[in-house]
Amino acid sequence: MKKIINFFLTLSGILLLGSGLFAADLKVGFVYVGPPGDFGWTYQHDQGRKAVEKAFGDRVETTFAENVPEGADAERVMTQMALSGHDMIFATSFGYMDPVMNVAAKFPNVKFEHATGYKRADNVSTYSARFYEGRSVIGHIAGKMTKSNVVGYIASFPIPEVVRGINAAYLAAKAANPNVKFKIVWVFTWFDPAKEADAANALIDQGADVLMAHTDSPSPLTVAEERGVFAFGQASDMLQFGPNARLGSIIDDWDPYYIARVQAALDGTWESTDTWDGLAPGMAALGGFHEKIPMDVRAEAMNLAIAIAGGRTHSFTGPINRQDGSAWLAEGETADDGTLLGMNFYVEGIEGDIPQ
Amino acid sequence: MDFSSIDPVILIASLIVASTPILLAATGELIVEKSGVLNLGVEGMMIIGAISGFIVCVELNSPLLGLIGAALGGGLLSIVFGIVTQVLRANQVASGLALTMFGLGLASLLGHSYTGIKPPYLSTPDIPFFSEIPILGKMLFQHDFVVYFSIISVCLVWYFFRATRFGLIIKAIGENQDSAHALGYNVIATRILTIFIGGCFAGLAGGYLSLVRVPQWTEGMTAGAGWIALALVVFSSWKPLRLFVGAYIFGGFTILQLNLQAIGIELSVALLSMTPYIVTIIALVIISSGKKQGGSSTPGSLGKVFMEAQ
Repeated sequence: MKKIINFFLTLSGILLLGSGLFAADLKVGFVYVGPPGDFGWTYQHDQGRKAVEKAFGDRVETTFAENVPEGADAERVMTQMALSGHDMIFATSFGYMDPVMNVAAKFPNVKFEHATGYKRADNVSTYSARFYEGRSVIGHIAGKMTKSNVVGYIASFPIPEVVRGINAAYLAAKAANPNVKFKIVWVFTWFDPAKEADAANALIDQGADVLMAHTDSPSPLTVAEERGVFAFGQASDMLQFGPNARLGSIIDDWDPYYIARVQAALDGTWESTDTWDGLAPGMAALGGFHEKIPMDVRAEAMNLAIAIAGGRTHSFTGPINRQDGSAWLAEGETADDGTLLGMNFYVEGIEGDIPQ
Repeated sequence: MDFSSIDPVILIASLIVASTPILLAATGELIVEKSGVLNLGVEGMMIIGAISGFIVCVELNSPLLGLIGAALGGGLLSIVFGIVTQVLRANQVASGLALTMFGLGLASLLGHSYTGIKPPYLSTPDIPFFSEIPILGKMLFQHDFVVYFSIISVCLVWYFFRATRFGLIIKAIGENQDSAHALGYNVIATRILTIFIGGCFAGLAGGYLSLVRVPQWTEGMTAGAGWIALALVVFSSWKPLRLFVGAYIFGGFTILQLNLQAIGIELSVALLSMTPYIVTIIALVIISSGKKQGGSSTPGSLGKVFMEAQ
């Protein structure tokens, strides 16, 4: 009897050792708010995950959970990941912020990376791209390309990230075309192609001939293509969804960041950081411009992008007033990151209220 | 703010388009529930309809065949549910939820190589005379045929359950499966048939999303429409005409609130985006609270497993 027990003990020892030998050095989990096939936000994060797999091969194992609602479910999913041996978790939506903080407090040895949030801890880093820099560029194009002087904007949730994008796009469009007006529709979802399409149709019915979207699916672009107005690719290039309608695009490129962070975790040099990169390092990149944009406008947009990337100009350069007319930035002054990260006001000239 | 910039003609035309998928899916679910089966898999059957319709439409370059493919896709998936719950007598709630998850997963697998493709457009039938009536023509008579199909089918379903023999048999099976069985009606075969028809409706609803309303294939594109259809069936107390009203109120307020936002109405946006849900529930509760009602109109055997008496 004792022999048999010994045999099984040895066997299980060998198995344990074996699984230890064959297991990857690092197990990385990704939490997605939509499906990887959305061809927008989640798609780009999943490209980043694939880039990590490609870069590290067998050394790193990645898993992902898709369509995870923001809130209590996210906490459950991340707890499950932490319990099942993940060393590192990328939570890729703003609404995962508090769940990340809660789970991170319970698992101090798991490294968390939270996209677009602002709460950090010893084992929680945050990262985001300065999408607003890209929005300045496409805002300029929108201002130049609109004939009706109405730009329709499909907004998701009233968080600083989205408000900042609206402001940046508006300021650039206004500078390019003093008569431009923004019509903004809040859909309160990141991903609902039918609702995004309805919003796009409503904006076009209200006279918009250029659409911008801050939601995750390409459906506003599809509607623009069908109705013969212009729009932009959002998060991903999306050219295939609107070959005639897509004037340009803002592309989120997470690959280099994900690879660098996983590398740091492997090397043991990982520490909690706050990354906010823009056009210059390419975390926010621009897709190709459509040939329907006149040459001079394309050149202006390109120069604007280069100037922003080179730090010679800033998307928020004074004089800028708040919507209520109170002064925000003086002549030549640029916005500080703190204000931008917490931005909860429209700039002067935008009509309507931010939902509270 | 300028209310005059909302053109009622365009508004009504687009609210009809927005209401059609929920109306179709809810009509199908109503037929299923009338026979005493609770199929919570509407979302799954819709998304399967969306992708199978899209694939057929793109491959055969025909939106019409695409819509038929959508209906059949939803119908085929529902057969799985039919076998599991009727033949193998599994729990309907659990099987329905599983059907939704299975459908969502299968659809994204099938749709892998179909993202970013533009389907051929569904042409609208030319309705002579009516479509030329000044305002009404553009509002009501310039839609694609699925819209008319959805409206006609609601009326037919109403007539079917009210006045046809087979409709009454289905109702009897749904009200009391044991009595209906004792009378000699084939409970299981009838239910599998209603499940299949319900699946076809849900599939067509999904196909309408991916081929007409959006039109493109995106993973998870039904985004909860199936659950709204399910809720509508309950709130309309299993009455087809109320279902019709409910679906149009829901679709109408969805479109209206987006338009109101676009013109910049001075109302909380959070409140506006709640309106479709609130108004639909209130309206249906009010019309369902008439004196004649008394008690619930839930089919008596809804969700119960049918065991043949020994």
